[in-house]
Amino acid sequence: MFDTLTDRFDAILTRLRGRGRLGDAEVNEVLREIRVALLEADVNLAVAQDLIERIRARCSGAELAKYLTPAQQVIKVVNEELTATLGGEALKISYASKPPTVVLLAGLQGSGKTTAAAKLARWFRQQGRNPYLIGADLQRPAAVEQLRVLGAEVGVGVFSEPTDPVAVARRGLAEAERLGRDVVIVDTAGRLAIDRDLMDEVRRVSGAVRPHYTFFVVDAMTGQDAVQTAEAFHKTLQLDGIILTKVDGDARGGAALSVKHVVGRPIAFLSTGERVADFEIFHPDRLASRILGMGDVLSLIEKAEREYDQDVAGEAFERLQSGRFTLDDFLDQLRQIKKMGPLSGLLGMMPGLPREMRDAKVDERDVGKVEAIICSMTPRERADPSVLDGSRRLRIAHGSGTSTSEVNNLLRQFKEMQKMMRGVGPMAKLAGAGRSNLARSAKGNRKKVKGGRVTPSPKGLGPAR
Amino acid sequence: MTLVITLVVVAVLLLSVGGVVLSNRSRGRRSTPAVSSAPRPPTSTAPPTSKAPPAAAPRPAPDAATPPVPAEAPSAPPEAAFEAPGIGAPEEEAGRPILKDRLGRARGLLAGYLDQVRGRKGVDEATFEELEEALILADVGITTTNRILADLRAKVRAGSISSADPSALLQALQADLVSMFDGDDGSLAFGEADGPTVWLFVGVNGVGKTTTIGKLALREAQAGRTVMLAAGDTFRAAAGEQLETWAERAGARIVKGADGADPSSVIFDAVQSAASRGAGLVLADTAGRLHTKVNLMDELRKVRRVAERPPGQLTEVLLVLDATTGQNGVVQARQFTEAVGVTGIVLTKLDGTAKGGVVLAIRSELGLPIKLVGVGEGVADLVAFDPAEFVEALFG
Repeated sequence: MFDTLTDRFDAILTRLRGRGRLGDAEVNEVLREIRVALLEADVNLAVAQDLIERIRARCSGAELAKYLTPAQQVIKVVNEELTATLGGEALKISYASKPPTVVLLAGLQGSGKTTAAAKLARWFRQQGRNPYLIGADLQRPAAVEQLRVLGAEVGVGVFSEPTDPVAVARRGLAEAERLGRDVVIVDTAGRLAIDRDLMDEVRRVSGAVRPHYTFFVVDAMTGQDAVQTAEAFHKTLQLDGIILTKVDGDARGGAALSVKHVVGRPIAFLSTGERVADFEIFHPDRLASRILGMGDVLSLIEKAEREYDQDVAGEAFERLQSGRFTLDDFLDQLRQIKKMGPLSGLLGMMPGLPREMRDAKVDERDVGKVEAIICSMTPRERADPSVLDGSRRLRIAHGSGTSTSEVNNLLRQFKEMQKMMRGVGPMAKLAGAGRSNLARSAKGNRKKVKGGRVTPSPKGLGPAR
Repeated sequence: MTLVITLVVVAVLLLSVGGVVLSNRSRGRRSTPAVSSAPRPPTSTAPPTSKAPPAAAPRPAPDAATPPVPAEAPSAPPEAAFEAPGIGAPEEEAGRPILKDRLGRARGLLAGYLDQVRGRKGVDEATFEELEEALILADVGITTTNRILADLRAKVRAGSISSADPSALLQALQADLVSMFDGDDGSLAFGEADGPTVWLFVGVNGVGKTTTIGKLALREAQAGRTVMLAAGDTFRAAAGEQLETWAERAGARIVKGADGADPSSVIFDAVQSAASRGAGLVLADTAGRLHTKVNLMDELRKVRRVAERPPGQLTEVLLVLDATTGQNGVVQARQFTEAVGVTGIVLTKLDGTAKGGVVLAIRSELGLPIKLVGVGEGVADLVAFDPAEFVEALFG
């Protein structure tokens, strides 16, 4: 978890204050923490080790950067190395001069190939192409049927016949040519990398259609085994790219790093949901944050912006800052965040939170209780909780099916939050947030930098605290 | 605690969204999906580059200043890991494949390491490192691995394991791992009263729920039970057809619903139908769902409530888990258990190279027993879980 990482790093690296360089001993300790984080994220052991050595090479003995804390500096290097490994050259699809461009999908059982095939088809259509789908998975019951249904949904034809995968692929390609399609996507059956017969079969399928692009489809929650499987598929098929699926879950996604590292081909696409539209081009920096457990901050922001009414959010924020944030506002916000998924999931996306909070068990039903309590108040009570005497609180407790102590608790915590938030700049006051980059990059904000350096703010308000 | 958390979440979100909105406004700009002005992870202090929202054009190439990293193979695990094994002909007793032989196809990664370990004289820190590596590669996870090895170290220090004998250490480790499953009831429970027993299958997408049900249907039918299948996956295209094929193979009846129908009603109908026909067992399939989707987990809660209504007796809620899953398996187990009260795990795809070590972490944290193991796509590829066999297969 990032916050734990930063906290742990800080503890180790504060010893470096006053010294000009990152010492070996501290760097080693920090690297141990990083190793744990990477392994917890399912990055393959050997890949993690390799990454750590690269980070060590860049950090040991390095001069301390002027505007970063030592912890931030190390994290910066870690992030850069992760992003570099994940990124590099993005995949740019170039179409065959003599159509159709053939795309082959391969991977383990259940990785999401069939769904990805349909999504790819839709994506190609959006690019202005005229794709065709070939259902060469004759192993899984109703796989072809599934592809047909999805094909119909995205408006792309599907070819299959109950013969054998190689024949289907070959005949499907011929049919695509006959129909004048310019992209062909071949779905294949899931198979184990160690199954010689099936790996041989997929090699023959590949031979029959000679794909321009072979994509390895891999599940984001895959563990250490990702490396072995990817290597075997790569050896057999010469992969061109990777499609990472089920990214909408909360798996940290270290498998992506491992696969990219061993295969050396770009991660091309992400499959981010069960609908055919849930398909995107890959962004390395976001996955880097996620693997490190830094919370997918961008995602969180985007999610919030998608679900939140922007104007309402802006106004609510103003009220929060000026101390006019009411229980009504809170109720509105509560309802908004309910739309965004389980609280524990949201927590996971937020860096800068203390550990007890991130690891706490969240009972979603308690959120319902809070809602009920607030709804049992009159508008006046919500606007001005100071009128809430004992008998009112009792009434509210009865009305909401809770207890007076729960009502009291809510009011007390709410009041404390109001006090804390009043007059505070964006992102500044949360635990540890003062040191996080979120504070630094939010526009219009004064930079808070550890080490007492002065960053003149536009308003010339003097040194940062 | 939940209250505090809720307040914090609201505050954070407001501060992040609202703050961005306001800062956009103060610059006289309309708030756009703020990919360009949103905070970015700490890679650089340079201002974030403006980027188009995703799903339109591909993004500009990442920072050209970072040198491309040459792809090199990691220091490879011993070659033993990749050999196609020749373990010898599988011994089958009365058609039941022995787990070890099925798994023998995937020659243990651990085997390579442990051969090294066995060859060493004396137990030293490097030995423990190798054991750590082996366990991590098996997806046991670093936390559980550390705990297991700490216990082992304590025994070595206390002298109860000879420090001159690496194979004693291995045996001790094996025994420790097997003992983690002590007291588990791996059997599948049937209801005592009249009315069909119901087993509900849950899990994330692509783990093998439908295939498992198919295999189990055949197995139970062969044991003389009348089986009814409930096609509770009403979301996935052709899911009902897929289960129907299995029903045919197993000689079982099936109740399907229309696409997009309420899964609870399909399962309810299946139970009713089973009751009226005197079928003793209902195997209920559900759509794969990520535990992070609130509405889908709510739907599953409802499915469970309906499944346990009389005349059905819901005696098992089985979480189907893919053996290739990494540490997220623990989160899955936790969330599904919280939502619908999982009674046991079905560990699938163990015939691959993945070891499924995450079940050790799950057992350790949640106490969930493993009731079934899937070792292939064929109708007979389903075996009971045997801890000793499982651990031995880990070690090759």
